[in-house]
Amino acid sequence: MTDTSTEQPAPEYVQTPAQTVGPFYGFALPYERGPELVPGHHPHAIRLHGTVTDGAGEPVPDAILEIWQADENGVLSREQGALDRDGFTFTGFGRAAVNLAGHYTFTTVKPGPVGDAAPYIVVTVFARGLIHHLFTRAYFPEDAAAHAGDTVLGAVPAERRHTLVAVADGTPGGAASYRFDVHLQGDAETVFLDFDA
Amino acid sequence: MTDETAPAPAVHPLAGQAPTQASQAEISDEIRAIEAEARARVADGGKPELHPRRNYPPYRSSILRHPTHALVRVDPEEVERVSPAFGHTDVNPLESDLTIQHNAEPLGERITVSGRVLDGEGRPVRHQLVEIWQANAGGRYVHKRDQHPAPLDPNFTGVGRVITGDNGEYSFTTIKPGPYPWRNHLNAWRPAHVHFSLFGTAFTQRLVTQMYFPGDPLFALDPIYQSITDPAARARLVGSYEHELSVPEWSLGYRWDIVLTGPKSTWMESEEAHD
Repeated sequence: MTDTSTEQPAPEYVQTPAQTVGPFYGFALPYERGPELVPGHHPHAIRLHGTVTDGAGEPVPDAILEIWQADENGVLSREQGALDRDGFTFTGFGRAAVNLAGHYTFTTVKPGPVGDAAPYIVVTVFARGLIHHLFTRAYFPEDAAAHAGDTVLGAVPAERRHTLVAVADGTPGGAASYRFDVHLQGDAETVFLDFDA
Repeated sequence: MTDETAPAPAVHPLAGQAPTQASQAEISDEIRAIEAEARARVADGGKPELHPRRNYPPYRSSILRHPTHALVRVDPEEVERVSPAFGHTDVNPLESDLTIQHNAEPLGERITVSGRVLDGEGRPVRHQLVEIWQANAGGRYVHKRDQHPAPLDPNFTGVGRVITGDNGEYSFTTIKPGPYPWRNHLNAWRPAHVHFSLFGTAFTQRLVTQMYFPGDPLFALDPIYQSITDPAARARLVGSYEHELSVPEWSLGYRWDIVLTGPKSTWMESEEAHD
């Protein structure tokens, strides 16, 4: 480390503040096959879906969610093409607007574990009324053993941990389905994460 | 299971559909009270707030939608320290010009909005995706739910995308959006703005925000802009008019630089060395 006390201070690059995505993103952010990280007929396709609700328990009809995840082997894709899907390249990124019932659906694969963490999908929530987006994670219910040693789950109060674990809800069309509801407020308020930078 | 120790959800008395809308004067009083409280907190040694408040009651929609629990602070792990790869297979270079998407020129004041996307160390954020969307010159969005009786412009959609260059630079050609009315309170008008969506080199740097235009008389009245309580922080959302960026007899030039901070990991340093 150099002693900077006698030097000019380095220029400061201060974070640009966030603002809400607003209600009128529908003609701009959603794109064709945005929610399909893999096609529905992929042999290992899973469904990740859920409803976004507000503090009155009402569905939020104007939220948009993004997910980002490793592939089945725990590898983070460096492939381009998340916006212009060719149906074969796994890019790890997806975007889904909710419908009027506040419901979203992604088609993807279950990620393999990365490092020491239990498998999880990064979920980002944007909506009118959310002045700053929210980060959370969707874990998988069958990995309870790995959850016990997961650093991030360990940082979450035990009684709120369940909000980060999706619920297995059947195999529609043969694909494993996981329900991950996002409660912005309420008794089951989802745990949202802030990252130490 | 309910957690008896958890605080009861803070539901603002004005949440939901108020029978009567607040007046601008009432909203402005709320804005000023919050700013005075924030200023006092900084005067007492608190740090200025870099981001908007998540719970900002003058913006009524935030009341039932902000998290009531503190966010859980964690170290980002490998997944969060990387970002999707976007590139020119995703975005056509023509998408940066919002004035050529139809058969004729859109109505309004033709402008360019250019700048650089940098990280917290001042390094360029290269080859990442920037998306914008906006209202037309009359303040109308191409969106089914926008009922503002201003005209749609058949020659303007208001959506653009670009991939940042080697120096983090981006540039859009568009028209200056008009202010538009909304129903937060009676006679509520948003200052003219362009919505921006940005990806950094780490997913934690993800940013959705709005760029404003200098000197807008609606700034003081707008609860979304004012949700950033620190005047210096909210000024970072205002582009600057730069005459040297204007093109004679063609367009007026605005500059807006964007900083995406994120985890300062050595992993990112080594990744950059690959370029």
